[in-house]
Amino acid sequence: MLGSENMSFFKKLKEKISKSTDTVTEKFKDGLSKTRDSFSGKVNDLVARYRKVDEDFFEELEEILIQADVGFDTVMKLIDELKMEVKRRNIQDPQEVQSVISEKLVEIYDAGEGQSAKLNIQEEGLTVILFVGVNGVGKTTTIGKLGHKFKSEGKKVLMAAGDTFRAGAIEQLEVWGERVGVDVIKQAEGSDPAAVMFDAIQAAKSRKADILLCDTAGRLQNKVNLMKELEKVKRVIEREIPGAPHEVILVLDATTGQNALIQAKTFKEATNVSGIVLSKLDGTAKGGIVLAIRNELKIPVKFVGLGEKMDDLQEFDAEKYVYGLFADQVDKTD
Amino acid sequence: MAFEGLADRLQNTIQKIRGKGKVSEADVKEMMREVRLALLEADVNFKVVKDFVKKVSERAVGQEVLQSLTPGQQIIKIVNEELTALMGGEQSIIAASNRPPTVIMMVGLQGAGKTTTTGKLSLLLRKKYNRSPLLVAADIYRPAAIKQLQTLGKQLDMPVFSLGDQVSPVEIAKQAIAKAKEEHHDYVLIDTAGRLHVDETLMDELKDIKELTKPDEIFLVVDAMTGQDAVNVAQSFNEQLGLTGVVLTKLDGDTRGGAALSIRAVTQTPIKFVGLGEKMDALEPFHPERMASRILGMGDVLTLIEKAQANVDEQKAKELEQKMRTATFTLDDFLEQLGQVRNLGPLDELLKMMPGANKIKGLNNLQIDEKQIGHVEAIIRSMTMAEKNNPEILNAKRKNRIAKGSGRSVTEVNRLLKQFEDMKKMMKQMTGMQQKGKKKGGFKFPFKPF
Repeated sequence: MLGSENMSFFKKLKEKISKSTDTVTEKFKDGLSKTRDSFSGKVNDLVARYRKVDEDFFEELEEILIQADVGFDTVMKLIDELKMEVKRRNIQDPQEVQSVISEKLVEIYDAGEGQSAKLNIQEEGLTVILFVGVNGVGKTTTIGKLGHKFKSEGKKVLMAAGDTFRAGAIEQLEVWGERVGVDVIKQAEGSDPAAVMFDAIQAAKSRKADILLCDTAGRLQNKVNLMKELEKVKRVIEREIPGAPHEVILVLDATTGQNALIQAKTFKEATNVSGIVLSKLDGTAKGGIVLAIRNELKIPVKFVGLGEKMDDLQEFDAEKYVYGLFADQVDKTD
Repeated sequence: MAFEGLADRLQNTIQKIRGKGKVSEADVKEMMREVRLALLEADVNFKVVKDFVKKVSERAVGQEVLQSLTPGQQIIKIVNEELTALMGGEQSIIAASNRPPTVIMMVGLQGAGKTTTTGKLSLLLRKKYNRSPLLVAADIYRPAAIKQLQTLGKQLDMPVFSLGDQVSPVEIAKQAIAKAKEEHHDYVLIDTAGRLHVDETLMDELKDIKELTKPDEIFLVVDAMTGQDAVNVAQSFNEQLGLTGVVLTKLDGDTRGGAALSIRAVTQTPIKFVGLGEKMDALEPFHPERMASRILGMGDVLTLIEKAQANVDEQKAKELEQKMRTATFTLDDFLEQLGQVRNLGPLDELLKMMPGANKIKGLNNLQIDEKQIGHVEAIIRSMTMAEKNNPEILNAKRKNRIAKGSGRSVTEVNRLLKQFEDMKKMMKQMTGMQQKGKKKGGFKFPFKPF
């Protein structure tokens, strides 16, 4: 039975998780507690309330998924598949549907497998990481936190203040630079961001830096000119260092709704996004968008922001994430 | 991932109904499912959607729809009306205390746009109401947040009160009000730090500021792209602080903005303003009926009309329209129109507001760059009268001369001519669309005729 395969999936997960320790897993568990409570809790409640599987049941399930900001298309697809599966196996009891739900979710999660959460860091020489995203998602904060991470790993880090547009953006990065103990390459507010990148790359080369973190101004993805500007910034980096930028990181706000998918798609078209940082995941009952992004766009989530402290940026671990989502069910497995 | 508007969604259902003599309750139910999906897809909270659909169904199942000749239109009309009603009237009024200064607190999650909105609001107060606001930098947590407000203050020539980031926000607010009284500022705008609605310590800090300053307005600043969680955020801020208004930011993006409906429905707090760009004057009053048609995906025609009315010389517009219809539109008219259109604001935004604009072939390729308009003007101005009226006579020699005269390349001249031709074609299509609409349904302009 597929259901038992599902159980063994949880079992496998549990074994892996119990081997890897500790604080990180706890962080995921805590950080996602809101997501879990609202999601699994609701599924449990739904299954308990219904006597039989009917249209209303599916409608409510649809709402639970929508409410978790799982992408709209993903939900519709999922519900259709569930309906078919229920019909095929002639399932009447809602309890039985529950395992099919987890199964389908795991399937979606599995579809994204093979996507590495690891950053593409060069063994030798400079690694350039470009950060892009809409306004207010937390690009600069993410750079600050990542700078801290690399610095504490003993790497030589530089930051490029490429947000020359927003008032106070350069200063914001400079404060992070001071906190973390990393130099920030900057020009005056209003200068050409591509020129800042050029300078920063020259500086990184001559100072033999290992990592260059490039900030950019937030921009809404429907502003054609601003997206072109971003393409130009990327081109300058490509021209100066073959193979760079080694990562283009899209920062997404976890509270964003359906628009997050459009953001991911448009930024991917413009800058060939290689990974996602999902910020502010701690504050929301969400995170469902991770599933949609994995499923629809095949862009791996590399980090998640689970708090405001310097070390609250966690490498995304798909297994721990799924554990975070299904902790109750996983813990029940023996 | 296409965001279908409600109109598109209903298309299929209506196609089915068209063949029948009568619309059954089952048909209404099917249409209501589409309404529900359209709203969910626009990020309207699912609970709000549920109540809403129930209400609309009750109205729709009655005679009104069943006897209608065009049920699709009727449904959209009802949905639109109910949606507009739910979002309340237009309420862009800002309180004025009879014992100045009037205190406004700006609150919200991180990255919603509080500081930018604070700057915009101060400009509005000065420009529209002739007030003298004092900006207060009370975000001591985020690096350089104070600097951001100070920079905006400098740009706007607006005083900013700050005590650095080592003094508690409550103390900052207190001293700011004393300072405002002393210097006769009649408004005090307190820019607080972004915080999660579940962060008790920081929420308590806001309560303390409220307790001390007795603000006349507490505005929740919300990102228009917020998903299902918008409801929890708004509800929580409202319960803890008692909001007086909401400002919806980043509405110049391509989000449907269903959060607006959720927030309004759950908190009963009016949405007062919307942020429509990064420039300091891009703050506008909230129009419920426009938001309704945006959520439903029907284009923001009303905004377009209003903008056009405010900026375009009506006489000239009429002449132009005549020319468009009769296709005697010349490059000279084009030049003149460019000048007028430029006053309307960013072109791509303008085009976005037109319903069905995204469906017109060639429009997507019509990239609009503000700077290029200047180039276009230069090129057209370098033409002779004969050339402007009759671009067909442009041969290589003439084009060369024009390129030299305008300081652009021949390629650009050619591109302009091509674009001009495309535009003419586009106009034909659009005027065609309008006329067809008038003839067929007799339905009001914002609704696409089926």
